[in-house]
Amino acid sequence: MAELKEKTKLMNAQDLSRVIRRIANEIVERNKGTEDMILVGIHRRGVYIARRIQKMIEETEGVKVPCGELDITLYRDDLTTLFEQPMVHSTRIPQDISGKKIYLVDDVIYTGRTVRAALEALVDLGRPSCVQLAVIIDRGHRELPIHADFCGKNVPTSKSEVVEVRMQEVDGKDEVVICERNAE
Amino acid sequence: MPSEIGQIAWRHKSVIDIEGWTEEELYFLLDQARHMENVMDRPIKKVPVLRGKMCVNLFFENSTRTRVSFELAEKMLSADVVNWSVSGSSTAKGETMRDTAWTLEAMGADIVVMRHGAVGAPQYLASKLKRAIVLNAGDGTHAHPTQALLDMYTAWKHLGRLKGKKIALVGDVLHSRVARSDVIGFKTLGCDVVLSGPPTMMPREVNELGCGYERDARKAVEEADMVYLLRIQRERQQDGLFPSVDEYHRWWGADEELLKLAKPGALVMHPGPINRGVEIASEVADGPQSVILEQVRSGVAIRMALLYLCGGGAR
Repeated sequence: MAELKEKTKLMNAQDLSRVIRRIANEIVERNKGTEDMILVGIHRRGVYIARRIQKMIEETEGVKVPCGELDITLYRDDLTTLFEQPMVHSTRIPQDISGKKIYLVDDVIYTGRTVRAALEALVDLGRPSCVQLAVIIDRGHRELPIHADFCGKNVPTSKSEVVEVRMQEVDGKDEVVICERNAE
Repeated sequence: MPSEIGQIAWRHKSVIDIEGWTEEELYFLLDQARHMENVMDRPIKKVPVLRGKMCVNLFFENSTRTRVSFELAEKMLSADVVNWSVSGSSTAKGETMRDTAWTLEAMGADIVVMRHGAVGAPQYLASKLKRAIVLNAGDGTHAHPTQALLDMYTAWKHLGRLKGKKIALVGDVLHSRVARSDVIGFKTLGCDVVLSGPPTMMPREVNELGCGYERDARKAVEEADMVYLLRIQRERQQDGLFPSVDEYHRWWGADEELLKLAKPGALVMHPGPINRGVEIASEVADGPQSVILEQVRSGVAIRMALLYLCGGGAR
């Protein structure tokens, strides 16, 4: 395994918090309120971001919108090429998604393949009236015709770099950094 | 619900036995089964993860539940499923196991689920396959790994980490591959395992299994967290291993009286199919402590997890 070396800090805790707040506001604005809205975080960090968006919407709108989690492992398109199977997690969405507006939440959009898998997983759960995508970082290099509807920051990267969105809940602190793969 | 379990490197491909598996590996698999069970609760009980993989269920011995359970698990993971049973197969025409293996591979099988009356048959088949993996669905009196795994899974869901918990296994241990695999599995998880049953149905080396033996079922289930009843095959009576079904039931059958001696709320488990009035009284089988039907559901989840971890990915 190539080692990761931290290169640039893109956001500190406060920057990240502001970005999530802005996305939360934009979602409510575009949704014209909180009606029929379900937030769905993609495992793993998307789940925590979705919960924070939920909390911020609750603070400004006084409504606790439903928030679920989606695991896309079983829908990945690269499984037949992997020698080791990635760990599976559960999908939990508190209500039927049919007819609802789904706001998918993830930390970084890169090739778009995770989102493709997430769309397939969602379709197996019901027929939402629409699906929108919110991400903290768009780092380019898309391999599929997929785009983010809400984006914290566009960051041009090279393929040898890795963008890490770190969350208090998993990583012990909030920040966004670019790392470089050390080809050793 | 149990605490978070982290990713480990999965090293098993073919699964013949769970002997030698670590506690960490067992819990990892149980945890993956929990997430697979999540798929079973959805309106569309299907995920595309084994799309394009061919599973052959190769059954040389009759089995409905295990085969159906594997088949459901395979189908929920979108694998292609072929059921190959011994009746009408070419084994009757004298095909050797080695030729069967090569035939399966020529047909493009990726995963072979095998049950056989002879100890070691799945191991032999696995050794002759170049690409496909073998999951043992029961071989003779040797092993039935997926049964033991689903038993551990069911117990873990109710009791959490099983270290220090006591399980009483009651019945025909001698002829039971389920008992053998359960002893290995529950001991690896740190359980205190006590066997009980007629001395004619105990292996001679019972003391070498590393678990206790109590001839008296009442002593065996004392303070137990789990009471596991093994299936009694009525034919064994003709072999002279016990005098009569009634007498067996009186001494080793689980009724409410016996269950009272275990811990309050102790789980009642059975691999199925149950013989009411033999190894288990109806009042216990249908009682509030019985998790027998839950075990059936667990079986599908654990097999999904095993098929995914062992049978998915590149070869």
